[in-house]
Amino acid sequence: MAKIIVVTSGKGGVGKTTSSAAIGTGLAMKGHKTVIIDFDVGLRNLDLIMGCERRVVYDFVNVINKEATLTQALIKDKRTKDLFILPASQTRDKDALTKEGVEEVLNELSKDFEYIVCDSPAGIEKGAQMALYFADVAIVTTNPEVSSVRDSDRILGILQSKSRRAEQGSSPIEEHLLVTRYNPERVSEGEMLSVADVEEILAIPLLGVIPESDAVLKASNQGTPVILDTQAEAGQAYSDAVDRLLGEQRPLRFTDVQKKGFFKRLLGG
Amino acid sequence: MSDNDFRLKGSVVTTVLLEVKSLNLEQIELGLKEKITQVPQFFNQAPLIIDISQCSTSISLVQFKDLVKICRELGLAVIGWRAVEDAIPVWRFDSDLPLLPNANSRQINIKSETPAPAKDPHVVIKTVVEEREVFQPTKMITKPVRSGQQIYSSGDLVVLSQVSAGAEVLAEGNIHIYGALRGRALAGVKGDTSARIFCKNMEAELVAIAGNFMLSDALQKIIWKDAAQVLLVDETLEIASL
Repeated sequence: MAKIIVVTSGKGGVGKTTSSAAIGTGLAMKGHKTVIIDFDVGLRNLDLIMGCERRVVYDFVNVINKEATLTQALIKDKRTKDLFILPASQTRDKDALTKEGVEEVLNELSKDFEYIVCDSPAGIEKGAQMALYFADVAIVTTNPEVSSVRDSDRILGILQSKSRRAEQGSSPIEEHLLVTRYNPERVSEGEMLSVADVEEILAIPLLGVIPESDAVLKASNQGTPVILDTQAEAGQAYSDAVDRLLGEQRPLRFTDVQKKGFFKRLLGG
Repeated sequence: MSDNDFRLKGSVVTTVLLEVKSLNLEQIELGLKEKITQVPQFFNQAPLIIDISQCSTSISLVQFKDLVKICRELGLAVIGWRAVEDAIPVWRFDSDLPLLPNANSRQINIKSETPAPAKDPHVVIKTVVEEREVFQPTKMITKPVRSGQQIYSSGDLVVLSQVSAGAEVLAEGNIHIYGALRGRALAGVKGDTSARIFCKNMEAELVAIAGNFMLSDALQKIIWKDAAQVLLVDETLEIASL
């Protein structure tokens, strides 16, 4: 049985798709056969981030409606072995997703894959609820600012009440906090919530902190998951998060203000 | 046998009691009619018990059945009758109505809004309210109450974790929160002014007891981010440290 991971947040624009792409790729790089599903029907983005937009023929909704088989719709990643993408449909809306249809696709994928990463759309409506309903693990993506934290709190409530595990009364979804777009300088100036603040409000274990980085935007525009950029702090932080997700211990990095070196200070850099 | 088909439960119904003092059927009918026209919606199909225990003369089965007929024609639903225990008529099993035991119940006189005209000496109508104490168990919440969630307890409420901003906890009794209270907490929602709210860390958006509330702006000036209890003293909310 595959482990179903949902990457969710409630709020839009916090980095769900970036995180889904990075974590999915990270799991595959570690040798686990992984598929990333784009649940954002109508606002398809994952294929762009993964750089496979020109290879989309069939999509998730086609498979649900039995207009295509899974094998036809799955796109094999060209860079990473053991990684597949199931793109969303751009011409439909969230109503095209049915609980039975999604379940059937997930059951089929469970036979071949170790990890199924579900990239949730923003909001708390049908699309987001479909993405999280069958999840075993939730990665709650949060920016260090109050509205994002509150929306994450709301989605945690939905995970605990409207998921399959909650409805069947089985063990609850494993929850992880992923703080993205973190800027230690702005935290020290009191412009941003600190990791400790976010952890205290949400009260779930921390999976990782991704520093705000130009590398993320660059990677998105190039269609390369940022985790492949091993030079960038954001890429390294995602690697740490994947290791922690797999049960390894990794010290927290990139959360402190870096002292400027002597020359930098001298040159005012 | 299946437990799903039915359930037996005890229930308390407010009924109207017709105490017959002297058996003058015409007078009773007139008097009843007058009472009913004052508050017709109250008497329409109201369950009624005929009490003959205070009647000065003994009643025959025919007279009793006539009385029942009069009540029914006036739109009352006769559900039974009562008599003095040691003077139960011989026709007790022929009345087609259950003979009810005399309850030691509280009696409340119904006051009509319009001043009653010439009182009919034969008919006294009383409502009998039978009260029963029902045990209301405490509701226990072990996980954080998240934004958008609402928890209601018909007794006390104990939250072993936090109450997030945007969440709401309500209880008819007291509320205990063994974590931060960042959302709203409303105790004594059914009007219990002795209810209190206790929390380990006061950061509430709103606290209320029996409808008297206070917002975070006011709370911040008294106790903030510290253990506190909220209680009602002379219809004013008081925030005290714990």
